[in-house]
Amino acid sequence: MSVLVLVENTDGNIKKKSFEAVQYAAEVAKQTNTTATALVLGTIADSELEALGNYGVQKVLHVADDRLNELHARAYANALIAAAQKEGSKIIIMLHDINGKAVAPRVAIKLKSGMVAGALSYPDLSKGFVVKKAVYSGKAFAFVNITSDVKVITVMANSFPLVQGDGKATVEKLEVTFGDKDFGIKVKEVNKVTGEVSLADAELVVSGGRGMKGPENWGLIEDLAKELGAATACSRPVADAGWRPHHEHVGQTGGTVRPNLYIAVGISGAIQHLAGVNGSKIIVVINKDPEAPFFKAANYGVVGDALEILPRLTEAVKKFKAHK
Amino acid sequence: MKILVCISQVPDTSTKIVLKDNDTAVNTQGTTWIINPYDEWYALIRALELKESGVASDVHLVTVGKADTEPVIRKALALGGDQAVRIDADSNDPYETANYIAEYAKSNGYDLVLCGKESIDYNNGTVGVMLAELLDMDYIGFATNIQVEGSTATVKREIEGGEETDTVNLPVVISCQKGVAEARIPNMRGIMAARTRPLNVVTPTAVTPVAAILSYEMPPAKAGIKMVSPDNMDELVQLLHTEAKVI
Repeated sequence: MSVLVLVENTDGNIKKKSFEAVQYAAEVAKQTNTTATALVLGTIADSELEALGNYGVQKVLHVADDRLNELHARAYANALIAAAQKEGSKIIIMLHDINGKAVAPRVAIKLKSGMVAGALSYPDLSKGFVVKKAVYSGKAFAFVNITSDVKVITVMANSFPLVQGDGKATVEKLEVTFGDKDFGIKVKEVNKVTGEVSLADAELVVSGGRGMKGPENWGLIEDLAKELGAATACSRPVADAGWRPHHEHVGQTGGTVRPNLYIAVGISGAIQHLAGVNGSKIIVVINKDPEAPFFKAANYGVVGDALEILPRLTEAVKKFKAHK
Repeated sequence: MKILVCISQVPDTSTKIVLKDNDTAVNTQGTTWIINPYDEWYALIRALELKESGVASDVHLVTVGKADTEPVIRKALALGGDQAVRIDADSNDPYETANYIAEYAKSNGYDLVLCGKESIDYNNGTVGVMLAELLDMDYIGFATNIQVEGSTATVKREIEGGEETDTVNLPVVISCQKGVAEARIPNMRGIMAARTRPLNVVTPTAVTPVAAILSYEMPPAKAGIKMVSPDNMDELVQLLHTEAKVI
């Protein structure tokens, strides 16, 4: 009956956001008076697997098939089904990231189960099995009741603060027989972005808009981001004008970010942009127009010219770090 | 090659969400409805490009919705597409929506199914994957480039921490995002032609619901903004450290 959680790894390392999914599963297990089991796929050291006990799972099932080092969603889904059968799991959890989004809906169909994509709360069992999620790109939230016997949830990263405990999980190897169809997609080329902080996972984001006046001024955004260890983002007009690459576009038709800190520089705050950022815990707005709508959604505001303020802010961060 | 493009009707991106009936529903009175941008700008346009370059023979559109969604599917037909099907059901759960589309698609032999990476109303991004599972097809999500040659698709897609290029045999379901197609707008000829293109209505077999939205909630209002002088960035940094505790 245990709660099953899929734990991703990249080259044998487990990312922080995967621990969040593990911890979520452990909490749901507690709520439903059962234990949590993690499923890990591909090449990874046993010590990494045992350490998942720190986040509340008792047991780790490991499918040590090196073909699973890359995302093969059909194989992942079949591994989950095998693990769920073995454990008698009725609740299956994974991250709401690119991998989870490709795997979870397949599992939901296979098990004829309801699914919540991007959970922002633990299930409320007093009203059934009700989970909160963002809708309209963050303009509102919905409470979804899963009524099927088996339940599938993808968990939104950076929504559940991590508390590292002290535990050691037992590791068990799981053999899964895969078919040709499970590896129908052939990977020809992989380009991993290294060095930069990825926007979707970033805890700090510095974002620029038209107030930056041109791509030649983006060094100021990058300097501040570098000093903070933040990712960089931009508004839609900036991406459309070709000042910045499109993957940096944040908003209702771009990416959604949920950092601890979002610094918006020279962005007026159109409703579409706000939709993509209002999951941010703290928002700082720097804009020369005191009437910019973004100020209404901000925690801290600075009125003034972005090009003058940015170097000062970068300098202040430098000074702060030096004295910390 | 036959392409099916999944079209979803969503509120315009500038829509302010207002709740009604004790927060159990969204007030859609006065809402302007549009084609989900990812479905239109990328999935549909790429399908049309593939037809215009002679790779695809047929482009069919499908939507799940009641009669009030017809203006939006007509708008999609005005961009192009040979015919459209409206599956007559009111669903906001992806499991039901995917089952309805799969039931229709199964008997029509599509080689390529394109959809947007997610709809901007429920933000699930699940219908495409579910459809692939129901149709026993591969699925490639978050595509930024799609090329088709013979029975093979070459797709560039976003992955965790980067991008990769894959090849896959048709049939396949692909979800599309920025990069997949060039922008275009409907012209008068297309709008006129759309009136004569067939829009068929089919009644789906009922699906046992597995989930339902019980209620909605608006995000909490910000507690109030604290203004900092542009000449005192040290103060801002201190506030972010000691008060907001984010750095």
